[in-house]
Amino acid sequence: MDFLHFISANRQQVVELTFEHITLAGVSTLIAALVGIPLGIVITRIPSLSKPVLGSANVIQTIPSLALFGFLIPAPWIGERASRLAILALALYGLLPLIRNTYAGIRGVDPGIVEAGRAMGLTDRQLLFQVELPLASGVIVAGVRIAVVLSIGLATIAAAIGAGGLGEFIFRGLAMVNNQVILAGAVPAALLALGADFLLGLLERRLNSLRLKSS
Amino acid sequence: MIEFDRVFFRLNGRPLLENLSLSVSHGETLVLLGRSGSGKTTTLKLINGLLTPNEGEVRVSGRSTEQWNPIRLRRSIGYVIQDGGLFPHFTVERNIALVPSIEGWDRQRIQARVREVLSIVGLNVELGSRYPSELSGGQRQRVGVARALAADPPILILDEAFSALDPITRSEMQKEFRALQERVRKAVVFVTHDLREALLLADRIALMEQGRLVVNLPVQEFSRSEHPLVRAYREAFAGPQEAR
Repeated sequence: MDFLHFISANRQQVVELTFEHITLAGVSTLIAALVGIPLGIVITRIPSLSKPVLGSANVIQTIPSLALFGFLIPAPWIGERASRLAILALALYGLLPLIRNTYAGIRGVDPGIVEAGRAMGLTDRQLLFQVELPLASGVIVAGVRIAVVLSIGLATIAAAIGAGGLGEFIFRGLAMVNNQVILAGAVPAALLALGADFLLGLLERRLNSLRLKSS
Repeated sequence: MIEFDRVFFRLNGRPLLENLSLSVSHGETLVLLGRSGSGKTTTLKLINGLLTPNEGEVRVSGRSTEQWNPIRLRRSIGYVIQDGGLFPHFTVERNIALVPSIEGWDRQRIQARVREVLSIVGLNVELGSRYPSELSGGQRQRVGVARALAADPPILILDEAFSALDPITRSEMQKEFRALQERVRKAVVFVTHDLREALLLADRIALMEQGRLVVNLPVQEFSRSEHPLVRAYREAFAGPQEAR
């Protein structure tokens, strides 16, 4: 376990890069959620938009990450700082799971319950915030979970454009042909992903128990 | 209270209701009887503006449903569906309190009202903190009725409200609902396909078939009617009744 020695010898830097990594993944997922969840809601209200929106998010997903970083470099303001660019690219990848799960979650709410709400005189807004979103929240959090794990994984590649994060160790290790250095980046990144997955999984289960109460 | 004036309703060109005229006055219980697809549920949805007629007019409290603000219209009509239609993520209390709270009642008044309607439908106040999944079918149905009564609307509409219950609970609910209606005196429209339920609850029975009103009679006259469809209903329900 030589990489543990490497980690303890470079503790300071490991902590720094881990924080950078969390920032990259966290901020990008936050942006993806702020765009993706409302977009997911909009396409349940305007069904004709659902295909083009989901289709575009799908296409973004298929662009290789290194290529996407490259495409974004010429963008004004964004391209000036590597971290901005990385966050934007990661946010774009996070869009698909968030849009898709928000859409599926709301569409999956028992139509009888929605109609009961409408018949009781709830406005569209009350129906959305008091009935549809709470009942869809488990599915939406499942989307956040996918987006976070995806983003933590992809953020390692952001080091290739100088955005920092644990990918620094991985690329450095690759260049030095030194497995210890690679592991010093890869293992903490994997642990981050597992930890985030576990925590969001707990939340998801709690929220789903609400919905299952309907049966 | 509720008037249908030569109402036609079509969905994608298919006629679901043809030339329907009927009225329900204050304190009266009208039962819409008919088989699946006869237009009973469509009729209910025309009352609370979930649907609007293609021709003719539905008037509630003297005003056409198309002139009502749909939100205000629906909040003045209590709606009960099969299995209660309760929100699974709300406690019993919050389910019942929903319309009063969005209507801006103050907290104390809401709490008092929740307790009051729970006792009207014969439920223990302690059930208020439970979730719908923690109740029996009969209890859920009672909560559904309590929720419909919460904001004290002048009109109640019930769609096959007791159809999912076991026969004993169902018969209890029917008797209690009758007693309840004696006390609260709402304009009630009750949809069912069960003749016995109709005879028990109705002041008038409107028999529907394929989107048309076949007969509309006070309950005593209905049981004597020699209309072939009414007779068919009586025969269909005679067997099990004798067997009991």
